[in-house]
Amino acid sequence: MGAKHFGARVTRLEDPALLSGRGRFVDDVKLPGVLHACFVRSPYAHARLLGIDAKPALAMNGVHAVVIANDLPDPMRNQAMPLLLPNPSISALCTQHVLAREEVYYVGQAVAVVIADSRYIAEDAAAAVAVHYDMLPAVGDCRDAVAEGAARAHAALGSNVLSMFQLAYGDVDAAFANAAHVFEEEIWQHRGGGMALETRAVLASHDAATDLLTVWSGTQTPHIGRRMMADLLGRELESIRVIAPDVGGGFGPKAIFYPEEAVIPALALKLGRPVKWIEDRREHFLCATQERDQYWDVAIAVDAEAKILGLRGRMLHDTGAFAPWGIIMPYIAAATVPGPYVIPAYRLDTMVALTNKVPTTPVRGAGRPQAVFAMERLLDRVARELQLDRGEVRRRNFIQPEQMPYEVGLIFRDGKPLVYDSGDYPRGQDRALADADYQGFRARQRAALDEGRFIGIGIGNYVEGTGLGPFEGVTVRVLPSGKVAVATGATNQGQGTRTTLSQIVAEQVGCRFEDIVMTLGDTGAIAQGVGAFASRQAVNAGCSALVAGQSVRAQLIALAARVLGVKESDVDLDNGQAIAQTGNKPVIGFGELARLAQGIPGVSLPAGQPAGLEHTAYFTPSQAAYCSGTHVAEVEVDAMTGGVKILRYTVAHDAGRVVNPLIVDGQVQGGVAHGIGNALLEWMQYDENAQPLTTSFADYLIPMATDVPTCAIAHVETVNPMNPLGVKGAGEGGTIPAPAAIIAAIEDALSPFDVHFAETPLTPERIVAALRVAGAYEKFFAA
Amino acid sequence: MSKQPTRLTVNGKAHARVVESRLTLADFLRHELGLTGTHLGCEHGVCGACTVLLDGRSARSCLMFAVQANGCEVTTVEGLTPDDGLSVLQQAFVDNHGLQCGFCTPGMLITLTELLRENPAPSEDEVREALTGNLCRCTGYAGIVKAALDAAERLRNGRGS
Repeated sequence: MGAKHFGARVTRLEDPALLSGRGRFVDDVKLPGVLHACFVRSPYAHARLLGIDAKPALAMNGVHAVVIANDLPDPMRNQAMPLLLPNPSISALCTQHVLAREEVYYVGQAVAVVIADSRYIAEDAAAAVAVHYDMLPAVGDCRDAVAEGAARAHAALGSNVLSMFQLAYGDVDAAFANAAHVFEEEIWQHRGGGMALETRAVLASHDAATDLLTVWSGTQTPHIGRRMMADLLGRELESIRVIAPDVGGGFGPKAIFYPEEAVIPALALKLGRPVKWIEDRREHFLCATQERDQYWDVAIAVDAEAKILGLRGRMLHDTGAFAPWGIIMPYIAAATVPGPYVIPAYRLDTMVALTNKVPTTPVRGAGRPQAVFAMERLLDRVARELQLDRGEVRRRNFIQPEQMPYEVGLIFRDGKPLVYDSGDYPRGQDRALADADYQGFRARQRAALDEGRFIGIGIGNYVEGTGLGPFEGVTVRVLPSGKVAVATGATNQGQGTRTTLSQIVAEQVGCRFEDIVMTLGDTGAIAQGVGAFASRQAVNAGCSALVAGQSVRAQLIALAARVLGVKESDVDLDNGQAIAQTGNKPVIGFGELARLAQGIPGVSLPAGQPAGLEHTAYFTPSQAAYCSGTHVAEVEVDAMTGGVKILRYTVAHDAGRVVNPLIVDGQVQGGVAHGIGNALLEWMQYDENAQPLTTSFADYLIPMATDVPTCAIAHVETVNPMNPLGVKGAGEGGTIPAPAAIIAAIEDALSPFDVHFAETPLTPERIVAALRVAGAYEKFFAA
Repeated sequence: MSKQPTRLTVNGKAHARVVESRLTLADFLRHELGLTGTHLGCEHGVCGACTVLLDGRSARSCLMFAVQANGCEVTTVEGLTPDDGLSVLQQAFVDNHGLQCGFCTPGMLITLTELLRENPAPSEDEVREALTGNLCRCTGYAGIVKAALDAAERLRNGRGS
């Protein structure tokens, strides 16, 4: 393969092992003498914990221990888990103990753990642990939680309101007072879980000889996990190594540090044997974090030409029983509403409510899909009421490319002013509408109607803050074998991180793509790291790979020039060799250069020669990047069954410069699938006592191969001026506007019946219910 | 726990073991035989990651006991893989970005192996229908469907790659 890697449609380095059964996920790691853990979990959403009788379980053959909170080591015995993302608006305690102490706050909260010779025995024994509870009133619905006289999600708290905050700029009330039109929407939005195909998994082993605790965890953030473990176990950071091996999907919930990631290492230390815990799918439904419910009550003020004057409203967010990542999802949602539009005045008051459900933390999109849905529903409403085309209403309100950089007027979640660095929103929408043949749709719709079929089209636009800091690191080192070692704190749950970073490094260093030896997701490989979330790794790790690669390139050239006796400007690097472009073109391989760079024991290196051919870079972006895009969904609705089929799905996406179109297309396509799930299928349901009702893939549906069309994807690149690669981020853009586009398309398809939707997921029964209320069936049968 | 002697052939190799009656075939393959390519995503028969061929037909290895496979021939993803390199279908997955995290992939490969054997020229709809027993959360299925159609064509044309 030639030197041109950046921007090429390169197939992935990850694939051959994963395709041949040689992947290595946590449960594939075999350690001699390993014991297996099973957690005993609360069957109640809210209860006082009166006592735990472990004797019957302990008496069973093959059971090694039953551990409750009081058996844990300090400081985790008494100390709640660290809060990773504090915010001054948070009023009360918001993280849990790794094992419940006096009170349980959601179904599935861990109260004890059984360790046995096999998972089978551990499960038997867990069922034999007798836990005595005194049930307390539970808070199920976040609207009830904030009502007068509501039961308390935490007995010790005087209120279920965890946080109230306002994001605002401009004189919004004046904007509404002077508006030609004001429209209001009440919106319910539900988002489910991440539902990675691999459940969570932890394996811990302590080596007494070196006092090193090694933890394999199916996590997006091994370096953060190590910090949390050090805090909770009272160990030095350097005595813990966290490895995220192959991880079977992330999507947000695996960015969080969980109780099990502290308990399993504590058990390995206590028992002096490796301990493994593999979450089962039911536990994943109960205990892995989700996003769940938001209720929006928003209004838009426009002038007679449909230009936006202001937007204001309220939003209520269900955080669940705790807030391990603070309030970032509602915060991001509140900051994402303005999107690609000029909105002169804006105010959103947000309230975050505690309920007795598993905590919410980011799921692919992290509050952004909800914000986009709210904004786009309002614009569709404006178009409908003023009898304008929906694309035209958006066109009249777009921020224009010449307005970049555009200051929205808010502070984003990175703590910096929300300033769009670049982007061409009108061009993105034009491209998507052209690719979707939006122009020709009304004719298609009429033809379908003539056949008695209901088809519709919908548009969703978004701007997404991506590439969040603080940093990610990459080390590049030339090895004596001539290969190039790369280590990074970035992680891989399917994003192709290994391939993308290899493309960047190979391009800089001038080595063969396949000669890169990469270690990622391993705290032993690089001192500091953050991990995967917020579509951040292309920006953070990508730019570090560029900077480290550039440095090593310069070192290689300087050393080769000296050794070959030529000018540095005459040295070229290609295929793992330094080649002089003068004389008889002498060549020296990277391996030999690496040996020379090690020097001779006792002999000083030549002046200016660094030790080894190595560089570590930690790129620290100055602010978030902002990618953007337009989605167009064309759907057919079966009015009799409420079934929705997506006929055509078109995406125009600006992720900045694209390192690998194969991978970015895959991220967009996969993101759209997740968005289809959010729009139509995924609904984590609870009863009024906060008992989960959907705890299997038979009850909670995620999209199948027949639900997701192959998208037409166009890259409308604008270069990000804020980083040297010009990249923005691609992991979540596919998901964010999908519900907005799809629900709009359903509404359009059913426009003969004048039904309106302001909710996700929009399930068939809700569609049929709306049609029934609208008298559609009388009309239908009359016609 | 009661144990039973079990004999079965996995990827062409005969095994005779005495196993607990309640041991699932998936756990037997993964932990007794070390064939960790077969994955468990739900353990209730929906996600399809654990799919293997049982006497040539696709089956959920999470939903049956190892002892029920007594006397059977089992093929796992390891058994689909040539000693040297990748099969036509596997290579088509590489070329068409048919996988991201790779967790569902072994089940996908097994299902499609069965499909392409029975229907060497499937339509896109037939591929999608066949895949409804296998969930993928990463790819949105487009690359998988493309890989299946691509592999079918390569196999029909007798091209190895």
